Amino acid sequence: MSNAPRGHLPAPVPGLASALVWGAGQLINRQAGKAACFFVCFAALVGWEMGTGNYYAGMDFDARGNGGFFVKGLWGLFTLGSQAREVTLTGLTDGDNSIILLANGLIALLTLALLSIIWIWSIRDAARYRASLNAGGERESSLDYLKRLWEGAFAYIMLSPGMVLMVFMSVLPIMFGILIAFTNYNRDHLPPKNLVGWVGFDNFGAIFSVPAWTQTFLGVLVWTFVWAVVSTAAAYGFGFLQAVLLANQKVKFPRMWRSIFLLPWAVPAIVSALVFRSMFNGQFGPISQWLMDVGLTDERIYWFTDASNPNLARGIALLINLWISFPFFMALVGGVLTNIDDSYYEAARMDGASPLQQLRHITFPVVHRTVAPLLILSFVTNFNNFGLVYFLTEGGPDNADYRFAGSTDLLVTWLFKLTLNNQLYNIGAVMSLFIFLIVGTISVWNLNRSKAIREL
Amino acid sequence: MTAKTAERPAPTRPQRRRISGGRKDTIASVFIHLELLVVALIVIFPLLWVVGASLSPGDGLGAVSPFPADATFDHYIDLFTETNYGRWYLNSLYVATLNMIGSVALAALCGYVFSRVRFKGRKAGMLSILILQMFPAFVAAIAVYMLFLNFGLLDSLTGLALVSIAAALPYNIWLMKGYTDNLPASLDEAAAIDGASRLTIFRKIILPLMRPMLTFVAITQFTLPWMDFILPRLLLQSPDKQTVALGLFQMISDEYSNAYTTFAAGAVFLAVPITILYIILQRYLVTGAAAGAEKG
Repeated sequence: MSNAPRGHLPAPVPGLASALVWGAGQLINRQAGKAACFFVCFAALVGWEMGTGNYYAGMDFDARGNGGFFVKGLWGLFTLGSQAREVTLTGLTDGDNSIILLANGLIALLTLALLSIIWIWSIRDAARYRASLNAGGERESSLDYLKRLWEGAFAYIMLSPGMVLMVFMSVLPIMFGILIAFTNYNRDHLPPKNLVGWVGFDNFGAIFSVPAWTQTFLGVLVWTFVWAVVSTAAAYGFGFLQAVLLANQKVKFPRMWRSIFLLPWAVPAIVSALVFRSMFNGQFGPISQWLMDVGLTDERIYWFTDASNPNLARGIALLINLWISFPFFMALVGGVLTNIDDSYYEAARMDGASPLQQLRHITFPVVHRTVAPLLILSFVTNFNNFGLVYFLTEGGPDNADYRFAGSTDLLVTWLFKLTLNNQLYNIGAVMSLFIFLIVGTISVWNLNRSKAIREL
Repeated sequence: MTAKTAERPAPTRPQRRRISGGRKDTIASVFIHLELLVVALIVIFPLLWVVGASLSPGDGLGAVSPFPADATFDHYIDLFTETNYGRWYLNSLYVATLNMIGSVALAALCGYVFSRVRFKGRKAGMLSILILQMFPAFVAAIAVYMLFLNFGLLDSLTGLALVSIAAALPYNIWLMKGYTDNLPASLDEAAAIDGASRLTIFRKIILPLMRPMLTFVAITQFTLPWMDFILPRLLLQSPDKQTVALGLFQMISDEYSNAYTTFAAGAVFLAVPITILYIILQRYLVTGAAAGAEKG
């Protein structure tokens, strides 16, 4: 109270000062240390722009030629470059590389967003502190403030390594990927040879207006859903059956059987998929050789390459996925079964319930309560089961009606082919957005039912 | 209705069934064992077949038998003398170790903070992590590829490990947070009264209690790079930077290479350690996965 300011300066004044020059408001409030901290951030921003740009007195300003990291970055983000590489008498000129401009612009935008938090903080801090002084509050030295800040910042300091990694390795790429969906970045527009431009929703339109794209998209989408639903249901059903059988008291050596059945889960999926791929190889694979030896077929069966019989490939792929995924559900259900109180069954037997009725009305409901959340997870995993399909069939057999997709291709494997083999980055990005929307909707729906959100 | 009518004969029923069910039980038991045997054969056969293939003499797929008469270990020797398998194995080991250490450390720390510390932006942080987790890792991978391609960052094993850590981090943080939520808060309150700092509480009290979840994350993150294909395929290029999964896929997908038995040896050599690890730690792995699903 002793050193309260002489005049009553209205609170917005220091706030406004800080808005113009960061830290100026704090200086008016006579908090030099704090002012210096904000000013350093401000100076860094301006210095970075000046240092990376090309600023001099009396210049003609042009964002492309003179802009620094931020100005040129934002310019690049909006225009994606204005000069393509050209062949002149003296050789190739330096054209704009649209994709690098886009990425740089995104980084500049993220950095600006981060800095603007500091900016808003400095404005609010200056105005609030002045308001509290005007109301007769105590003075606080900059050092005390920083100490207070430090103690409150434990969480942020501990989180920062993980967050920084995620921002640069997942958030930035995801934003970049989303933006690509609105450009024409593909094999016809490859920087640095050509410029890439914004095309708005054209790519989304193409998926639904070009018949070949629509047909492929819908075909692959339906198969992906069938694949995910059937895979999950089959693995759960068969895993449940095996677990119940193993829990039967008549079974000799249950541990031995259990260990054997767990093997497909323990063996790396890539190894299993590649082994099955060779067993079902059309030309040399042992399976069709045996079928011929036994006399079931006269000629070799091209399991995964026979374009006239896509459902054979699909069915075999589903069976192989069942082989890989049932043990996990078996182990899970087995764990639940051992925890069901025996008194339930005793009571049921007293009431004369048959074993089948006991299974239906006691075992299944109890098990299902534990397993249900995993079904969604399993559905999503299968929806994006790149490994199995790619290793097993590589999407084959070929489908003449599809664009760059085979009959067993899932959305993810199609996306992979579009991007890596065909350089259709823009269509691939649209595809990723669709996958995100589908997976996101299912996850949100699932979360809404679970308690995770409410416990946040 | 059915329950009521069944009430009266109930006391005698179990006994009667046991006496008369003797033969029926035997038949049921035979059928159950028959089913188990058939499933066991289907489960074991492909595995036996690939082991047999790795021991078969000759090179091609056509000559492979599950029980080779003149078994040979030549292909395992070829693996390390003729191919780059040793290099791939070390590369995978490097990425796997880095991925495991980084994932466990970051996820445990972030999970603890989100679970126990109340701070501004906590809810927003958890929600954004949740949304981030819904993007298939694969989608980010393709964008990472485009970025790395344009900035010339491709072909680095450390970069691959960092991207893998970041891709799995949102899910792992949720796992750790969910697990820590269930630990009694009275423990850290008592320690806080004794004057322990938050970091000490984390290290001395919470971390030891997190062990089952730490094991789960460690195993899954250690084994993932051995099987992962998309990320390394996108981010690695030069022959001496390949991982085992890439190398094996190349061996088998190359139409003209006639080295099936060597591939089989490589597959067995990759699968055996991971299989043993999974079987030993199965309890942790199954309960960990179940806990993850409940927490979204």
